[in-house]
Amino acid sequence: MSGDGRTRRIETGYLARVEGEGAMHVRVRGDQVEEVELRIFEPPRLFEALLRGRALGEAPDITARICGICPVAYQTSACEAMEDALGIEVEGQLRNLRRLVYCGEWVESHALHLYMLHAPDFLGYESGFAMARDHREVVERGLRAKKAGNRLIELVGGRAVHPVNVRVGGFYRAPERRDLEALRPELERCRDEALETVRWTAGLDFPDLERDYELVALRSPVEGEYPIDHGRIVSSKGIDVEPAGFDATFEEEHVAHSTALHARVRGRGAYLAGPLARFELNRERLSPLAAEAAREAGIGEGCRNPFRSIVVRAVEILYAFDEALRLLDAYQRPDAPAVEFEPRAAVGHGVSEAPRGLLYHRYEIDDAGQIVAARIVPPTSQNQRSIEEDLREFVAANLALPDEELRDRCEQTIRNYDPCISCSTHFLRLEVERQ
Amino acid sequence: MSGGRRLFIGIGNPLRGDDAAGLLAARALRALGEEGVEVRELEGEPVDLIEAWEEAEAVLVADAVASGGEPGEVHRIDAAAGPLPAALAGPSTHALGLAEAVELGRALGRLPPRLVVYGIEAARFEAGAAPGAAVREAAQRVAAAAAGELRSAGAER
Repeated sequence: MSGDGRTRRIETGYLARVEGEGAMHVRVRGDQVEEVELRIFEPPRLFEALLRGRALGEAPDITARICGICPVAYQTSACEAMEDALGIEVEGQLRNLRRLVYCGEWVESHALHLYMLHAPDFLGYESGFAMARDHREVVERGLRAKKAGNRLIELVGGRAVHPVNVRVGGFYRAPERRDLEALRPELERCRDEALETVRWTAGLDFPDLERDYELVALRSPVEGEYPIDHGRIVSSKGIDVEPAGFDATFEEEHVAHSTALHARVRGRGAYLAGPLARFELNRERLSPLAAEAAREAGIGEGCRNPFRSIVVRAVEILYAFDEALRLLDAYQRPDAPAVEFEPRAAVGHGVSEAPRGLLYHRYEIDDAGQIVAARIVPPTSQNQRSIEEDLREFVAANLALPDEELRDRCEQTIRNYDPCISCSTHFLRLEVERQ
Repeated sequence: MSGGRRLFIGIGNPLRGDDAAGLLAARALRALGEEGVEVRELEGEPVDLIEAWEEAEAVLVADAVASGGEPGEVHRIDAAAGPLPAALAGPSTHALGLAEAVELGRALGRLPPRLVVYGIEAARFEAGAAPGAAVREAAQRVAAAAAGELRSAGAER
């Protein structure tokens, strides 16, 4: 902190406990928040360029490299888009396997964020390992959940980081039922522990902030199913379109302070994707166990406080274990591990629910099966405007806080989104400037 | 039981220039064919690291660092003895990484008895760039040193 009373400025190094790095700048004059900018430095669409000229079957593996935290999301959206272009449907047990491996990724990603990155904010620790000294049991529970998620991805996806078993049309090899069965005790234990975690998060102390977001998430075509691997794009303000309608509904634009693109609803503005939006738009589709846990945690009637996203993530971890067990119960090894296809010239769109929210892929392929054009819109770029608006509102309402506490709370506000900035950026530095 | 498992972990991102340093060291060590030594390549996520070194007796980890030294300079740090020096702890393209993994492991009593970190000074982290010559050469040196170190760890058993 420095200054003469009129101008104050706080800087941190890169923002810790966010995947990847970026920069945040907040300028305050008197009691007015003048400027809030999330600056992220995007490798200029490296992967979209990299995909041009490659075979369509390579898209899942190449795009999985974009993010070490959510490779399954990238693979799934890529597969869905290619299958849309090729006119094939992946159904039955193959689709269940796709959902099962995705459950593993939700657990892994949410557990890392909840236990190691976000919980320390609420308990006043500067890091997950500082928290681990005093809350060893809670952190160990998180590690077990994450390990179980890893196992699921390994078993279905072939390996935990950048799974190799996923392909357009399904999988290279479908797992044996007995191999999945071997996971059952671990999944059941983790499901029980996930319920404990929901209760534990419900008891945290949440800053006040209620936002009137336009919530955007998928809605599964399967009645009563919580969205993970596919669906229509719906919103709390009436959007209801197929994945092919993404471009007509949302737009991305360059802003001066960031090399990344900022998304918004055409003709409106910011929107919110991710756990909170998924939950709000689909909570009647949770499993009975997860729905009951949400009610017990006080969010059964809804949740618009972004700080409570930690509770929603806990509910989604519980749901993912419950759903994985349901899929396991119903599993029968399919006769063929994939739907075969013939290349054709076409355009395809795919959307899935990455842990952090909608992940949109669009590919144009030629009749030899080569990629002519690729477009990828990750969840963090869709949420950037909402992050900025949350910060603007939070800072305006909390100007009385000392700089250091305000800065910490701003960091926490950003972490509500679990922004996976490594998908798109380098450093995250946070500056609060008061004039 | 581990039977004195000896493990080398190379950390890095293959698509971020010199950040691949640890991965290159892992590949170089694998090419040396050191008997009884397990070689893994990871992205540096703490929970994965803690799981990877569970029940191992001697663990060597190579990762890129940016502490202001000459590219290719190698730092050898005994991580079992204490935290990694702040200058070597970050920033890296895996923002939550090795330093956090070591401290989390320590807090939970889940560090291997012997844990040594080789930090390879890196200069370029641009997306899509290839690792520089100095870093490639350093990865070879780290692999050779690690092979020797893991061999003597095996002989001590």
